[in-house]
Amino acid sequence: MNPKTIKLIIFIVILTSIVLSVYFVSMDRDSIREGIFVTSAAFLTLFIMSFLYKDNPYYKFAEHLFVGVSAAYWMTMGFWGTMMPNLVAKLWPGAVRGVLPALAEKDASYWFVIPLFLGLVLLMRLSPKGGWISRWALAFIVGTTAGLNLIRYLRSDFIAQVNNTIIPLVDKTEAGISFWGSFSNIFVFIGVLCGLIYFFFSKEHKGFFGGAARIGILVLMLTFGAGFGYTVMARISLLAGRMTYLFGDWLGLIN
Amino acid sequence: MKDCLFQMRLKLLPLAILLLLAAPVFAQAPDQSGEASMEADTLQEEPQVPPPAPPEIVVVKDTENDHGHSIDLEWKLSPDDDGTGDYVTGYEIWRGEMVEGEIEFQLRRTVPYGVKIYTDRGDTDGGADPMPNDKDYWYKIAAVADEDVRTESEVYGPVQATGEWFHTGKAPVAVAVLIFASFSVAFVIVAGGQIDMKQFFVMWPIIFVLIIWLVLLISLIVGASVNGLWFLLAIPGAFVGSVGLAISIGAIGFLVGWFVRRTKGEDAKLYVRPLSGINAVDEAIGRATEMGKPILYVLGLGTASDIATICSFTILGRVARRVADHQSSLMVPCYDPIVMTVAQEVVKNAYAESGRPDAYDEDQVFFVTQSQFAYVAAVNGMMLRELPASNFYLGIFYAESLLLAETGSLAGSIQIAGTDQVAQLPFFIVACDYTLIGEELYAASAYLSGEPTLLGSLKAEDWGKVIFILLVVVGVIAATAGWDQFIQWTTVRL
Repeated sequence: MNPKTIKLIIFIVILTSIVLSVYFVSMDRDSIREGIFVTSAAFLTLFIMSFLYKDNPYYKFAEHLFVGVSAAYWMTMGFWGTMMPNLVAKLWPGAVRGVLPALAEKDASYWFVIPLFLGLVLLMRLSPKGGWISRWALAFIVGTTAGLNLIRYLRSDFIAQVNNTIIPLVDKTEAGISFWGSFSNIFVFIGVLCGLIYFFFSKEHKGFFGGAARIGILVLMLTFGAGFGYTVMARISLLAGRMTYLFGDWLGLIN
Repeated sequence: MKDCLFQMRLKLLPLAILLLLAAPVFAQAPDQSGEASMEADTLQEEPQVPPPAPPEIVVVKDTENDHGHSIDLEWKLSPDDDGTGDYVTGYEIWRGEMVEGEIEFQLRRTVPYGVKIYTDRGDTDGGADPMPNDKDYWYKIAAVADEDVRTESEVYGPVQATGEWFHTGKAPVAVAVLIFASFSVAFVIVAGGQIDMKQFFVMWPIIFVLIIWLVLLISLIVGASVNGLWFLLAIPGAFVGSVGLAISIGAIGFLVGWFVRRTKGEDAKLYVRPLSGINAVDEAIGRATEMGKPILYVLGLGTASDIATICSFTILGRVARRVADHQSSLMVPCYDPIVMTVAQEVVKNAYAESGRPDAYDEDQVFFVTQSQFAYVAAVNGMMLRELPASNFYLGIFYAESLLLAETGSLAGSIQIAGTDQVAQLPFFIVACDYTLIGEELYAASAYLSGEPTLLGSLKAEDWGKVIFILLVVVGVIAATAGWDQFIQWTTVRL
């Protein structure tokens, strides 16, 4: 059969299914609006899942719709969630009286002229000649946030790591020496040291150093394996959620 | 016989009805007598709750390491507080302020029995619950046994709430920040070519001692306005501390400077052990050129200021240069608008450096959306339609890591991934040809860029790891021997 004919038949089948779905769901829930929303969500889910077979026009449709809607949504969120309350309301509180009345009563804070200026500087990218000016704003953003992150990372990834690794190798309890507690502490100690040796870039991994690095990568892989299993289970729960929607909310086959 | 009984019942019926009608009257009578007896009982019980023994205030002091407006209280429980709440039900915390020569107390909070600490927090001037700094406050605590039965402690005070400039609990963080900040200073000075390394080694420790001393001096002057005695006492300690700090910073700065200098020498090249992921970068670019297919470079979901994204920018620059050299094509779909802007600059510069500025197409680097899974859907579609020869996933990734890598694998692309997100590394390891694990991404950035500052930093980091290992080994030995001073030194109190 002609491929175009096959595509046309598939399209007609899908369109018919959509119409029937809207009809039956609307009948079931006494609301055409519900019927349209539930059917749209179900078919868009199926369109996205059709990617498992191969790229196709239905996946493309869902993808473009998803990208377009999400881009518009986040732009709107950025405007109403950031621009209006954090800039306009700070500089001209009276201007947001109609949309954000709670912020309209506060005093103006003229410090926010600085982010306004940097934002305008960032837009200079659109100017063919003045594009270089936008680098100042970029430098400010990258430099400031990197500086703030430096403290956060040093505390959580460096000092806390040192602190948590300093543990007694012999785990003494009230009942005496705990074998498994001591084993765990020794394992953590050796694992951390060997892991660090693996990330030592100034020396080739040979001899004793190479052996320690090999233990290090083994410990890392064990950790990754555990992490993999844990995350896969979380993903399966997401799949279960979608299946529940399709077979429960849409088809009504499960409660 | 039966008739006789029936007649007797008929005679008794009016009597029964009468009794039923009179029943409520009899029923009310005992109630009234009961109420009367309860009132009598209450009158008798009132004096049965004796006042409890008072609590004893142990400490009332300004809360440490805060901006002020807060005072810590600690007291000894009333001896009558047996921890059951049967007798002493709680404690009332009263705060007093001087008003027209007399202390006026206000109830701040009632805490339950058994509690013996409380932090009295307030707002700045103009707040809903003002508690200005540097003002005298008095406190008393009352043990409560009943609504009207309480015994107050002695009045304690005056005390003041004050703010501190330095959080002493975060001293380890301050030391670490100064050490790592010194790295940056070393890089800027040396990379700028303002001084050579010999001058730097002489000047650098002096500069740092001066910087630290200046910081301490400012804090001491500010502190002196609050407490002059503390100012005098703090000078020797500050001097000893600054010298110790300067020595440690100097030692690490020396390492950084030495390695930076070595990178500039013509004969001495810094050794970085080969990483399979690094070697595969050129291979992947070459493959794309041979096949005439594009290269897909994904910067991840991080922001422009995340370390992994910054490293990814450096590698993108290298990839873009090679792409420009080989005249192949590049696709960089971006999740974050700022990342897109920086990536455009990086790619543009790379094309300019390779002598092909005209070949740069701004649409190579484009924004998709800031929705995680919409972004994934778009990039996945791109992979199956464009069939890129090589995919790079370098930066910060979350749940999309496996979706991207699996689709790339399906499209037959050679894939190189790298991230510092530990939870996502397993997915890249199983689905990609090469994976840069954590710090390997930073190393690859330094190695591929060839920048002396980055290579010197990489070396200094390695020696930092040596220091880390030594600290941990000594600390573990000490902890095993029962000496936990190392743990205290490295504990950050928030």
